[in-house]
Amino acid sequence: MKISAIVTLKEDVLDPQGKVVNQTLKNMGYNNITNIRQGKYFEIELNEASEEKAIKVADEICKKLLTNTVIEDYKINLK
Amino acid sequence: MKSSVIVFPGSNCDRDIAVALNKFNIKNQMVWHAETNLPKSDLVVLPGGFSFGDYLRTGCIASKSKIIKSVIDHVAKGGLLLGICNGFQILIETGLLPGTLLRNKKLKFLSKNVYLKVTNSDNKFCLGYKKKNIVKFPIAHNEGNYFAKDEIIKNLEDKNLIAFKYCDSEGVANDISNPNGSSKNIAGILNNTKNVLGLMPHPERAIDPLLSGVDGSIMFKSIFQ
Repeated sequence: MKISAIVTLKEDVLDPQGKVVNQTLKNMGYNNITNIRQGKYFEIELNEASEEKAIKVADEICKKLLTNTVIEDYKINLK
Repeated sequence: MKSSVIVFPGSNCDRDIAVALNKFNIKNQMVWHAETNLPKSDLVVLPGGFSFGDYLRTGCIASKSKIIKSVIDHVAKGGLLLGICNGFQILIETGLLPGTLLRNKKLKFLSKNVYLKVTNSDNKFCLGYKKKNIVKFPIAHNEGNYFAKDEIIKNLEDKNLIAFKYCDSEGVANDISNPNGSSKNIAGILNNTKNVLGLMPHPERAIDPLLSGVDGSIMFKSIFQ
């Protein structure tokens, strides 16, 4: 089974990289972009037939390894 | 002879290169990245460092700076452009040189002196290396692993556009003498018209016998021979 996880900074945490990318796009003439936040994307393949169990595992690894839960949020998607 | 060194937020070798240029009687001016007009220059240098904190990809944000358009015009008119380390990464992001620079193969920041073989001395930057083609320059980078599609590498080789290769003290370029995993041990390349040179090692840090030797001096003497 394939699962993807997207890790992003929490909304109230400053994202300097996102801000610089946003400013650069403005300099390039893309004036209609109002905000950009940068994050990380993981593709997880696992041997698990049950969707429910797979999501449980993905949730666990997001909490234990992929995310710093103090400053980051994550979203899990079944592919 | 006049030169301009472009300064980005996070550049940290801009003053080193300015010292090197001054030492060899090249009249240099520092130019802030947000300027739109380049002062009259025979040579433009994109210095080493960590422009814009290496955000998104190394050299990426700097390559979209306002000054870059005039730098590209300068090259189109046949002016010389030298990109050292982060400057090389910026050149690649602007599309003035092909390929890309990946993270070092062993994922470690490398800071040491390495041997290089000058594999093309038929250009303004390297004329002086005809007599001495094995040199020692410092490297200090995390993303210096040159990578490109096979056809691009073949084109670089066919047109003799590889200027520097990592090697050992005898000039042997192989996996053992390759510090960062670069394809074909590539350390520096030229554009088709040979007026743009990008290289990861630092010639400007090898201009004084007390600091890493003087092999870099040859480049600055060559440029305006």
